[in-house]
Amino acid sequence: MGASSLIVLIIAAIAFSGIAILISKLVLKATVNKQKGEPYECGVPTQGKTWVQLNVGYYLFALVFLIFDVELVFLYPWAVVAKSIGWIALVEIVIFFFILFIGFLYAHKKGALKWM
Amino acid sequence: MWSFSEIANNLHQWLTGQFNDTWTLIIEMVLAGLAVISLFAVLGLVLVLMERKVSAWMQVRLGPNRVGPKGMFQTLADTVKLMIKEGVTPANADKLMFNLAPFLAIIVAMLLLAPIAFALNFQLWDINIGIFYIAAISSLSVISILMAGWASNNKYSLLGAIRSGAQMVSYELSAGLSILTIVVLVGDLKISSIVASQANGWWIFKGHIPVIIAFLTFIVAATAETNRAPFDMAEAESELTAGFHTEYSGMKFALFFLAEYVNVFIVCSIGAILFLGGPMPLHIGNWEGFNHVMDYIPSSVWFFGKTFFLIFLIMWVRWTFPRLRIDQLLNLEWKYLLPISMINLLLVTAIAILKWHF
Repeated sequence: MGASSLIVLIIAAIAFSGIAILISKLVLKATVNKQKGEPYECGVPTQGKTWVQLNVGYYLFALVFLIFDVELVFLYPWAVVAKSIGWIALVEIVIFFFILFIGFLYAHKKGALKWM
Repeated sequence: MWSFSEIANNLHQWLTGQFNDTWTLIIEMVLAGLAVISLFAVLGLVLVLMERKVSAWMQVRLGPNRVGPKGMFQTLADTVKLMIKEGVTPANADKLMFNLAPFLAIIVAMLLLAPIAFALNFQLWDINIGIFYIAAISSLSVISILMAGWASNNKYSLLGAIRSGAQMVSYELSAGLSILTIVVLVGDLKISSIVASQANGWWIFKGHIPVIIAFLTFIVAATAETNRAPFDMAEAESELTAGFHTEYSGMKFALFFLAEYVNVFIVCSIGAILFLGGPMPLHIGNWEGFNHVMDYIPSSVWFFGKTFFLIFLIMWVRWTFPRLRIDQLLNLEWKYLLPISMINLLLVTAIAILKWHF
């Protein structure tokens, strides 16, 4: 069907979820209650702010991930032609992985991959 | 013998005979839209029931058995129940983001259906970078989870979302590397040529031990990417109530639930296409008679059979292993799976260059 299938899929997804939510809006009879709008924290009134600073560990993992994800994008075109190029492709990718691995070791040594 | 691709071709020919080109395209688009929507609904109904039945079977229980014969209409009844529940938006939440997140989850799950080969020569769009497209779009699903968790203004939701963000991006790496092993062997990113390359045997049989290792890594990474136990940090019930969808109720919750199950189906079908031949029947080398008998089974039956076998495998894992801690989970990825799959990729490249595979 070609590229138009993407438009069809997006419209289908929006229609599907929109209609489902609309039907439930039409069927139910909503009541107004102040308690309903409060965050669910097991019945106890919520303490302090929610949108606070988080542990830096998550951020470091995301940074290391970014390096490897870009590497992965570079690998796709390589993977397509690797078989036809032959041994040179393998040697090149070993060098590429070696450089990457040194970076990985550095991150590991700095404690970026250690939790807490 | 009739097949999905023949039905589609006949329909296309009949439509071009009846209408002009523009109307044919519009009617085909409407039909395709209706088909994917009904596939979504059926998948949701079947997979939720399957999960409950399989878990009951693993735990020597009966499972749902009241609504309809053998409890077949249980999920339908659940859907009706969820439909008449109110979808509450918390007073302090970021209302736009909160209501947008379930839509995004469904859109991502729906977009992933485009290049999947449900039968031989039966795809919505046989895009020439098919497997790359899947890798690119599936990484968007983490955004809907982060959106939902952040916008809820709830500590459980935020923790669940942040945890699952760290987990999903980490496991994307080893999933991508194990996909690359097959790309190296095939030398093409197109889904149809990946399927065609397995006409004389599936890659899991043809590619020796490295491909089997890649398959196992892919299954582990797929389990983690769809946030299923033992990697369900996003919604660890015993610590975070329900994780990122704590504040969601009614139909919006149902949409998240549906998106999760459709994502399970999609990663399993990708696993089936890459390693188990997808819609390709079981062929062994040059056993003419055997191959001929296998060709009589329709390719869609092969595809759905393999996919549901993988889904069963993932459900089996869910009810067997206890949940990992977040540090164990990240250690498993960064210290074991990632180096293993990198070295494995080099091994597979050597095999591909030496032409040792069958």
